[in-house]
Amino acid sequence: MNIGSGSVLSSTGSWKSGDVVSDQFPVGLRVLVVDDDPTCLKILEKMLKNCHYEVTKCNRAEVALSYLRENKNGFDIVISDVHMPDMDGFKLLEHIGLEMDLPVIMMSADDSKDVVMKGVTHGAYDYLIKPVRIEALKNIWQHVVRKKKHEWRDNNFDQSGSVEEGDRQQKQSEDVDYSSSANEGNWKNSKKRKEEDDEGEERDDTSSLKKPRVVWSVELHQQFVQAVHQLGIDKAVPKKILELMNVPGLTRENVASHLQKYRLYLRRLSGVSQHQNGLNNSFMGRSDATFGTISSLNGLDLQAIAAAGQIPAQSLATLQAAALGRSASKSAISMPLVDQRNLFSFENSQVRFPEGQQQLNNSNKQIDLLHGIPTTMEPKQLANLHHPSQSFMGMNMQVNNSMAQHNNSVIMRMSQSQPRAQMLSGANNGSQVSRLPLSMQQSLSSEGLPGAVLAQSRIIDNARASAYNPVSQASSMVDFSVNQSKELQNYNFSLGSNSAGMSTLTNRGMLQEEVNSDIKGSRGFPSNYDIFNDLHQQPKPQNWGLQNVGSSFDSSHHPSIQGSQGVPSQFLLQQGISSTHNNGQNRNGPIGKPMYTNGEESGHTNLMGGPQLNSVSRNMLAVKAERFLDADYQSTNFPEQFGQDDLMSAFLKQQGSVGPVETEFGFDGYTLDNLPV
Amino acid sequence: MEVGQLQRSFVEYMASLFREGFLDAQFSQLQQLQDDSNPDFVVEVVSLFFEDSERLLNDLTMALDQPNVDFKQVDAHVHQLKGSSSSVGAQRVKNCCVPFRNCCEEQNTEACLRCLQQIKQEYLLVKNKLQTLFELEQQIVAAGGAIPMVQ
Repeated sequence: MNIGSGSVLSSTGSWKSGDVVSDQFPVGLRVLVVDDDPTCLKILEKMLKNCHYEVTKCNRAEVALSYLRENKNGFDIVISDVHMPDMDGFKLLEHIGLEMDLPVIMMSADDSKDVVMKGVTHGAYDYLIKPVRIEALKNIWQHVVRKKKHEWRDNNFDQSGSVEEGDRQQKQSEDVDYSSSANEGNWKNSKKRKEEDDEGEERDDTSSLKKPRVVWSVELHQQFVQAVHQLGIDKAVPKKILELMNVPGLTRENVASHLQKYRLYLRRLSGVSQHQNGLNNSFMGRSDATFGTISSLNGLDLQAIAAAGQIPAQSLATLQAAALGRSASKSAISMPLVDQRNLFSFENSQVRFPEGQQQLNNSNKQIDLLHGIPTTMEPKQLANLHHPSQSFMGMNMQVNNSMAQHNNSVIMRMSQSQPRAQMLSGANNGSQVSRLPLSMQQSLSSEGLPGAVLAQSRIIDNARASAYNPVSQASSMVDFSVNQSKELQNYNFSLGSNSAGMSTLTNRGMLQEEVNSDIKGSRGFPSNYDIFNDLHQQPKPQNWGLQNVGSSFDSSHHPSIQGSQGVPSQFLLQQGISSTHNNGQNRNGPIGKPMYTNGEESGHTNLMGGPQLNSVSRNMLAVKAERFLDADYQSTNFPEQFGQDDLMSAFLKQQGSVGPVETEFGFDGYTLDNLPV
Repeated sequence: MEVGQLQRSFVEYMASLFREGFLDAQFSQLQQLQDDSNPDFVVEVVSLFFEDSERLLNDLTMALDQPNVDFKQVDAHVHQLKGSSSSVGAQRVKNCCVPFRNCCEEQNTEACLRCLQQIKQEYLLVKNKLQTLFELEQQIVAAGGAIPMVQ
C-alpha cells in the first residue's frame, strides 16, 4: 500500500503541506479504499489511479483501520463498502470518524433509501451506488476540501462561520496554503476530534486550509453590535458593518456569518420576551442594548444554577430541574441564560432537556435538564441550530451529561458536526449567551442567549413553551444530537445535575474529559464569551444564572440553586467553558455543569460560566472549571476553534475574584450561600 | 484468418454482447480504464470476477442446501454478487440478483433455488461469451493486429 506522498508530493508526503501539491491538487490525493469484493476493489483502484490519486486498497475493515492508525496522516479520504463480512461499513465509518476524522465515502450496490440514510446519519461524506463510475470518483477530492474548510472555519471562527459560508468555494486556492505549521496542527487537532466528533474529518474534522481564525471576543462582538446599532438592524449589511468596525483582518464573510447568528439571536429574544422579567443584563454584561440585561435572572436562575450544580453529574438535567424548580419563579431567565450558555457549551447536557421540561422540579430530572437546555436556547439560537448543529450540540451536551462517555464518541460527533457546532456556537455564543440574560429578564430583547436563559427559566415557568419554539426546536435539535451522543450520556454532566454541585464537580473530572470534548462539540463556548462579558460586568445578583450556578455548583448538595446568583454564575460558567475550550484538553470540567444549575435547562453550560462570577464564588468557578474542561475538550478537537480560553481568562481576570477555575473544581463545599446573590 | 477479419469479428461480437444485454456500459468503462500501463486490465478484472462469482455461487448452493436456510447469509452473498457483476458490466447476471434478493426476503427456499438456477445459467453464458471475446483478442494480437476499441 502506498501511503505517503507520491512523486509530486513534497517530502512530507502530504499534499497538504506542500506547495507543490497545491498546484496539482487533487493529484496525489491519498485514498484508502476498502471493499471485500476483489473485483470491485481492483476496478476502483484502477479508476482512482486514473484520477491520479494515490491509492491504497484493502479488503478488510480491520486492516484498513490498522493502516489508518499506523499512518494517522497518511490518508486524505477513505472509501468504504457498506457490506463487509468482518465489519459493518458503518461501524468502520464511525471508527474513522472518531479516531482519524477523515472524510469517508460509503458505497454499495444497495441503493435503498434506508441504507443511504444510514450513511447520512453516520456522517458519511457521500454515498456512491455501485457500479461506481470513474466520474464519481473524480470529484471525491471535494469532500476533503470541504472538510478542511469546515475545520478551518471551526477552528477559526468561534462564532461566525456559518457552515455555508460562500467563500468556501473560493477557498480552493487556499488549499495551497499549507504553509503554516499552525495549519497542520490545527488540522491535526481537528482530525482528532471527531467522533470525535463527529465527522469526518473532522467536520470534521482534515484540512490544511488554515486561515487566521476570527475569534469573536467580547470586545469584537461589542464592536459589531455597536456597528449594527449604528446602522440600524435592518440596514446592517456585512460590508457596512465591517467598515464601521474597522477591524484589521476581519473579513466580510466573518461579519456576515456573525451577523446571521446575531440576527437569529435577536429573533429569538424577541420571541422570548415573556416572562423573563429582566433577564439580567448583567448577565451579558454588555452595554449593548442588544444584549438585554439579565437582571431578572437572578434569584431563579441562581437557584436553577445552584440546583443544577447540585445535581450529580449524572443528571445535569435534574440539576437544572432543581434549579429551575427553585428558581422557577425567579429569574427564569437566569437559568436559561445559563442554560443557554450551557447549551452551547454543553450541548450535550442540554440536549437532555426536553423542551418544556422544566426542570423546575428539583427532582432530578437529570438529563432532562439537559434537554431543557436546548430549549432555552433562544429562538435565534434555535434557528441557528439546525439539526446538524443541534446534534452537535446535543452531543456536547450529552457528553456533558454523560461524562463517562468517552471522548471518542464526542469527538466523533463533534467532528462531524464541527461545522455545525461552529454555527451553533457561533450563533449561540453571539446571540444567545449574551442575550439571554438580557432579554430574558426583561423584555427579551432579542438577545440571543437571554432567550436561552429565559428559556430555561421559562421552562420553569413555561417559558419554554412560549418563548421558544425555537427552543423546543433547539431541544429537539439538541435531542437529536443527544441521541447521537447517547454514549455520552454516561457522561453525566454533573453540571447538569448541579444540584449536587459537588457531584458535578467530581464529575467534572470525568466530565472534563467529556466535557472537553463536548465543549468542543458544543461550540457553544464561543458564544460564551458574550456571556462572560456580561457576567463579568455584572456580578450582581441579577446574574441569576451564574450566580446560581456558582452556588449550585458548589453545593452539589443542595439542590436549590439560589437563584439570585443567576446570571453571573452563568457567565462564569460560560466563561469557564469557553476558556476550557481552548484548552484542548478534554477536561470536562464541571464548568458546563454549573450552567445547568442556572438554567436547569440550559443550565449546564451556564453553570460553567457561573463560577466565573465573582459573586458566584466557588460554585461558579467550579462551573467554570467544568466549562473549561469542556472547552478543553473542545479544543482538543478543534484546537483553534474557540478563543474562549482567552475570553475566559479575560473574564476571569476581570472578575478578579474568581480565581483559578481549577481550584474551584473541587468545590466540595460550595454552597449557594457562598454566592453573593 | 487474417487480422482484418479477426478484428471485424471482434467488433461485431462485442456489439452483439451489448445488444443482447450481456454487457452494459460499465464494461465499456473497464475498457476505457485499460491503458498502456495496464494492458491486460480488462482480462484481469474479468478473471477476478469469474473466480469470485464461482465462489459465491458455490456458497449460495451450500447455503440453500441447508435444512435451515440462513437467508441473511444468502442475501449477503447475492448482494455481493450483484455488486461485482454490476461492476464488470455483466448486466444479465446483475439483473437476476434483484428477484433473488426478494426471494430471500420472503424466505422462500424454493423460489431462491430457482433464482439460483437462473443466475448460474446467466453466469455461465456471460462467462462463455467473455472468454470467446478474449480469445478473439488474443488471436488478433497473435496475428499482429491491434484490438479495436468498441465504443
